[in-house]
Amino acid sequence: MLWQRFTIAIPYFWLLVFFLAPFAIILKISLADPIIAQPPFTPFFDDDGSITATADNYTFLLTDKLYAVTYFKSVAMAAIATLLCLALGFPMAYGIARADERTRNLLLLLIVLPFWISFLLRVYAWMGLLNNYGVINNVLMWLQVIDKPIAFMYTDFAIYIGLVYSYLPFMVLPLYATLERMDLDLVDAAQDLGARPSQAFWDITWPLARPGVIAGCLLVFIPAMGEYVIPYLLGGPESLLIGRVLFDEFFVNRDWPLASAVAIVLLLLLVVPIVFLQRSRAQDEGRLA
Amino acid sequence: MKRRSRFILSVLAFGYAFLYVPLVSVIVYSFNDSRLATVWGGFSMRWYSALLRNDQVLDAAFLSLRIALTVATLATIFGTMAGMALSRFGRFRGRTLFSGMITSPMVMPEVITGLSLLLLFVSLQQLIGWPAQRGFGTITIAHTTFAMAYVAIIVQSRLSAMDESLEEAAMDLGGRPLRVVFDITLPLIAPAMIAGWLLAFTLSLDDLVIASFVSGPGASTLPMLIFSKVKLGVTPDINALATLIILFVSSGVLIAWWISRRAQRQTG
Repeated sequence: MLWQRFTIAIPYFWLLVFFLAPFAIILKISLADPIIAQPPFTPFFDDDGSITATADNYTFLLTDKLYAVTYFKSVAMAAIATLLCLALGFPMAYGIARADERTRNLLLLLIVLPFWISFLLRVYAWMGLLNNYGVINNVLMWLQVIDKPIAFMYTDFAIYIGLVYSYLPFMVLPLYATLERMDLDLVDAAQDLGARPSQAFWDITWPLARPGVIAGCLLVFIPAMGEYVIPYLLGGPESLLIGRVLFDEFFVNRDWPLASAVAIVLLLLLVVPIVFLQRSRAQDEGRLA
Repeated sequence: MKRRSRFILSVLAFGYAFLYVPLVSVIVYSFNDSRLATVWGGFSMRWYSALLRNDQVLDAAFLSLRIALTVATLATIFGTMAGMALSRFGRFRGRTLFSGMITSPMVMPEVITGLSLLLLFVSLQQLIGWPAQRGFGTITIAHTTFAMAYVAIIVQSRLSAMDESLEEAAMDLGGRPLRVVFDITLPLIAPAMIAGWLLAFTLSLDDLVIASFVSGPGASTLPMLIFSKVKLGVTPDINALATLIILFVSSGVLIAWWISRRAQRQTG
């Protein structure tokens, strides 16, 4: 039917133009050389029609040790932040799912609420807490636990705090969704049959919660990989994570082709987790239908 | 079992403290009279009055609000269409690609989305002369692209949870398909559309990285302005601005929660 076609075609067309096509352009520009001009890169075709593409940017990325270290550090930090979110988020989601209904709704609301408040301002709030003369150091000194301030700011520790703080709701919500559907009788039955609580947890609860664990981990890991604001505001100048490198390459060095190549490599690193996420969503869809 | 639940309770307490202590500390320090953001100098409202006299902040807030209103409305229209296409139209050609393009913008790192859209706008400008300048229009397009994904997911899950019998009944009674959509389907998914609109509005109001890429000289959204100030450290006037935003958003969310709870009680 005509109206159905329009209903599909309009958002489809929008996404093709504004989501998919830009990736082709990034790919194209990543194969150019930077020049001082407007726009600052060599055209894909020369005046005589020959192709000027070059893989210079990619060879540079692969041979320069700084970039390898940066990519590795980004993956490692995103992975550790994901595990920290899981360690904190799992017991929280479990507790929320087991609370009685009125408390449960309120607890869920309190998980979602910070998500509605500006991300930037939430990271900013931590700057005030972690500062050398900030709240945490003041309290610790007042309690005489320490006699001079601990340098929390501009460290990896501060980045982890920021990442876990910002992405915790993305972990708790999918975990809650699976834990809430879980049948508690199964755990009771296992314990009645003599399983220790830890055994019941690893044999029953954990496998049943796996879809939520996977979805939550991916929802934290993927955006954390490219994070820019948190390492910029909380991390030190040496905390070169890939999102920040890309941003600086583009805005500070004005090297558009290299920034594009950095983006393409980051995207390649993320293809596998993104496909996993799509699959887990498709399975979820199948289960609902 | 007792020991276990005490563990759960303490993690819950720690988790919620972790989430809320920073927000409370910002609110407390916004009433600090001292210019040094971390030294308490007595109660004062001076940073609030300074804020209201700051034209730069007011202009940026106005631009952000205009963008967010436009984005939320466009994203709700496109997102609802996409959500309906995914859950009601069965299989169609290119459905897998479509579904992928709906999910991906939600997790795509912002630096990639921002860079790719800016490069698109620059290329388009070279080719067809549009967009002539970057600002309101380009930011709106960029935000709509990722916000519509969220709306589509919300609408789609609402439609999947709802059975089609009402729509089928209306069709059996001779309703034309398009009328059935407007008379039956849309009213039924209205709560999801409202939730999607609010989410799109918030996401747009909140975005810093993508706006920084696709904006041009002279057009600063509120987060861009805040970021340029925050880079230099903690300042009392940003504390005041943050407090206003925190209180405004929390009361909005709490009122929405209260209304939906009352509505549930009346129907349930």
